[in-house]
Amino acid sequence: MFEPVVEVKGLTKVFKSLKAVDNVSFNIYPGEILGLLGPNGAGKTTIIHMLLDLTTPASGAIKIFGLDLNKHRERIFKDVNFSSSYVSMPNSLTVKENLKVFARLYRVKEKEKRISELLKIFEIEAIKDKLVRHISSGHQTRLNLAKSLINNPKVLFLDEPTASLDPDIADKTRSLLKLIKKERNLSILYTSHNMKEMEEMSDRIIFLHKGRIIAAGKPEEIIRDFKRKNLEEVFLKVAREEKI
Amino acid sequence: MKPHRIIALFTRHMYLYRRSLPRLLEVFYWPLLDLLLWGFITVYLAQFRQNLPGFITFFLGALILWDILFRSQQGISVSFLEDLWAKNLLNLFASPLSPVEYILSLMMVSIVKLIAVAGIMAALAWVFYSFNIFLIGISLIPFVLSLMIMGWAIGIITTALILRFGQEAEVLAWALGFLFMPVSAVFYPVSVLPPFLQTIAHCVPASYVFEGMRSVITTGSFPLNELLLSSGLNAIYVLIAFLFFQWNFSIVKRRGLLVRIGE
Repeated sequence: MFEPVVEVKGLTKVFKSLKAVDNVSFNIYPGEILGLLGPNGAGKTTIIHMLLDLTTPASGAIKIFGLDLNKHRERIFKDVNFSSSYVSMPNSLTVKENLKVFARLYRVKEKEKRISELLKIFEIEAIKDKLVRHISSGHQTRLNLAKSLINNPKVLFLDEPTASLDPDIADKTRSLLKLIKKERNLSILYTSHNMKEMEEMSDRIIFLHKGRIIAAGKPEEIIRDFKRKNLEEVFLKVAREEKI
Repeated sequence: MKPHRIIALFTRHMYLYRRSLPRLLEVFYWPLLDLLLWGFITVYLAQFRQNLPGFITFFLGALILWDILFRSQQGISVSFLEDLWAKNLLNLFASPLSPVEYILSLMMVSIVKLIAVAGIMAALAWVFYSFNIFLIGISLIPFVLSLMIMGWAIGIITTALILRFGQEAEVLAWALGFLFMPVSAVFYPVSVLPPFLQTIAHCVPASYVFEGMRSVITTGSFPLNELLLSSGLNAIYVLIAFLFFQWNFSIVKRRGLLVRIGE
């Protein structure tokens, strides 16, 4: 059995009187895509923010690469990255300038080569000299994804990464992520409201509701346990609180 | 602490200023306006104050030096706002970048802005009023550094407050520096202030700088005592400012506010 790259134990977050995340524990293993699923307010994004040290947990422990996030933040984040459809890049800089800044920030070797690779992979070469404010939201999402791979991360946190992509590019992005995962043994924590996408992408799924894990396992196991045909139906059942 | 991360963030701001005309104008517009307005008023008033030597030097020197402090503060707080407006904070703080490295990068931006503004103002003062700020002498340099450091302390505290209280506190980026102006003895000596304000002024590093500048102009002697006092106070205030920022940063993370302000 491989050692987990991400270990979360008893993670809890309380905002005033609201328990946003309630005693959540899970592991992510090398080369695994773990899907975080749940209705709005289930605690998915809060968990990602705690894993990125952007929000401090009320209690619980986070280890990445076997290191305590509290004590080894700098060392851990050299090999971690993230992309969220809710976070932007400076729009007064060009696509390439943004990637250069992050390449410097992560001290990427052979910056120009890496940037060219990513521009090509995400099909944004033609707009590399355009200001971010002048590109479409789909291109901005692709730029975010390119940034998230700039440092060749070993762990990637993706919060609704394909939210504003057209079906063609979203499909290419998913294929690309699966390819990178396979080639580089990349571990990914993935959230999406697209159930088909979650079924396709996730090796395992954690189903959250009101900050708690209500189900965990392979997508087909969860569908079977909930006696539904697909994840979409499971999601609707959970969201409408038919039987939790 | 890693220099490459500080330089990366510095580069991000230089890219912005390299091409953004509105940002460049913001840097030069107000200093230029100040210089023209107060410069001509000073020239006019100087006609009636023949018996006060160095009248123009007092006022224009003070004006340029105050702008150094103000631009130094803005170099930190407005650059932080750029990241806030760009919704880029989460990208930055989800990387190995530390809050101290972030502040240091803003200090670098501040130095560049300050050199540009001071250079332009000194050149314009010479063109319009035949005023050479360097006549004040080499003793000006440590006082300029002292003002720059005080500007940093105010800028870091402003940034911490914006981080804590969100975009409603943005106005502090322009307002907080001016709060110190009345007690900084910019255009008048500390002795003209009422006693309670004199006490406050003695805790403000800039008051020693401006008193020192007047001393250089009138007596020609180097005011070492003022320099030491302003430097000592600056060291304390910058340390407090860094601790205040770190403290606020941890509160903001605990309350989940960094995420809210960053998205």
